Amino acid sequence: MLEIENLHKSFGALTVSHDISLSVGAGQCHAVIGPNGAGKTTLIHQISGVLRQDKGRVALDGKDVSALSVWERVQAGLGRTFQITSVLPSFSVLENVATAVQAKNGSSLRFLAAAAREAALNDIAQDILTRVGLGARSGQQAADLSHGELRLLELAIALAGEPKCLLLDEPMAGLGRTESVALIDLLRTLREELPMLLVEHDMDAVFQLADDLSVLVDGQIVARGTPDEVRQNPKARAAYLGEGSG
Amino acid sequence: MDRSLVIGALIFACLLAMPVLLPLVGAEYLTGLLIKAMLLAIAAISLDLIIGHGGMVSLGHAAFIGVGAYAAAIGLESGIENILVLLLLTLVVTGGIALITGALALRTTGVYFLMITLAFGQMIYFTLTSLAAYGGDDGLTLWSLATFFGSDIVQNRGGLYFVILAVLFLSWFGVYRISQSRFGRVLRAARDNPQRAEVMGYPIARYQLIAYVIAALIAGISGLLLVQHAEFVSPSIAAWQRSGDLIVAVVLGGLGTRNGALLGAFFIVIVEELLSSVIHEWRLIYGPLLVLLVLYAKGGLNDLLTPAAQKGR
Ligand SMILES: Nc1ncnc2c1ncn2[C@@H]1O[C@H](COP(=O)(O)OP(=O)(O)OP(=O)(O)O)[C@@H](O)[C@H]1O
Ligand SMILES: [Mg+2]
Repeated sequence: MLEIENLHKSFGALTVSHDISLSVGAGQCHAVIGPNGAGKTTLIHQISGVLRQDKGRVALDGKDVSALSVWERVQAGLGRTFQITSVLPSFSVLENVATAVQAKNGSSLRFLAAAAREAALNDIAQDILTRVGLGARSGQQAADLSHGELRLLELAIALAGEPKCLLLDEPMAGLGRTESVALIDLLRTLREELPMLLVEHDMDAVFQLADDLSVLVDGQIVARGTPDEVRQNPKARAAYLGEGSG
Repeated sequence: MDRSLVIGALIFACLLAMPVLLPLVGAEYLTGLLIKAMLLAIAAISLDLIIGHGGMVSLGHAAFIGVGAYAAAIGLESGIENILVLLLLTLVVTGGIALITGALALRTTGVYFLMITLAFGQMIYFTLTSLAAYGGDDGLTLWSLATFFGSDIVQNRGGLYFVILAVLFLSWFGVYRISQSRFGRVLRAARDNPQRAEVMGYPIARYQLIAYVIAALIAGISGLLLVQHAEFVSPSIAAWQRSGDLIVAVVLGGLGTRNGALLGAFFIVIVEELLSSVIHEWRLIYGPLLVLLVLYAKGGLNDLLTPAAQKGR
């Protein structure tokens, strides 16, 4: 599904990705954990095209997407969310998602008909919002949502692009207990149809969702395997699990 | 019903009635002032497409008025009389220049975009001043004007007022429609959060460039109409101060709103006229007035007239 081969990136003397290879198979959730500054976000940036890698390649469905720009990768089926929530603040919740739906449904070079009245776009958007649990908030302005709701909205926007693979950068960050339990449930149902690469600090989430787990430290993958294997791995424990709540 | 639509309709009804009403009160001389305001409004509305809806603050927009005006004037000087042919000429020249300068300017954002549009604007301005054959700095008086297949309906003594009013109406109606269309939605998304729009799958620079060219085309048309009205053209219409006036009109009126640019342009022209007829040092009052308006009417004149809940955004 998603294949990353020998990805390499440095900022000056600082190497943030050191020969990273990993893959996400169909119906799988591959989690990446690692301490702050390990290079997790930079990795997602490179996969989604926000940053260009120095070396290595990214392939989706066997097709090399390394040379594509951000929007082309999204069109090719790579959806993502941001660690720092990123939505369209002046748009309504529904229009945020409808705008993403529009990218997949016909030309956007239409200049006269009112987009907000296109039932075809709005219906799909509303369904997605209902699915993530924001169905009742669709009329709100995005800027008025709570932090937890914004995270869900961002997920809804990513889903609206009909991705073949989803990259999630710390979706649980800043969520309360009940909110993250709900989000874990949602991601668990999504995983069945949508492979995902999950960067996450929340160990509960990782152990509930991940089929595969890679531990990233200083831009290098120091351990990988099933969550249980990694839990037993002394290198991983030393590097990461030991310091957290594990 | 949408209140901003009612206000807009009222403004146009007034403008339509003016040529009948003004002579009744012996104030025909105000027609010229209204035309001046309408021409400014056309250009301001076009600028609002890129500033208000697109979030691209251009400080070179008046240059496209200049390009349109000179394209028409040079066409007239070369013997082209038909206004439709001149219109085509204006659109081709303005569109071509906008396409090139826009493609380069859109490699930047924010204050750099402002600087580069200013630079392109100044390049165009100085190019116009160096057109020695067409009057250079001093400008050019036109002895023959465009006709509509021989008819003078598109001249001052014919129905130019209504032609300009019609173009103003189309710009007002069209730009707002565009802003609410699929295209406009992408444009507004790119203004709100460019990275998000890109990660929705949109090549945003293309949409921004199209908006930039559309705005330039409308400004170019206002230049053509300006030539027809003034029967004169000079580089000063393309000066960067003119671009500043357009920004003031758009911001004062209310960015990205249905009537903002229209209200702002009329406000500027009317207040300037009123103040300057009362006192000589009118700019001493005009400046503080702008400051107060910007401070106390954040959403611009549009917000004063339209309660927040019903805003024509
Ligand atoms: N544009 C940049 N230029 C220079 N250094 C950068 C840049 N972006 C990130 N870095 C550095 O690269 C390293 C990895 O950053 P990254 O954001 O990928 O970490 P992370 O694993 O996502 O951390 P966190 O858990 O805090 O989100 C950090 O040391 C960071 O300071
Ligand atoms: Mg990060």
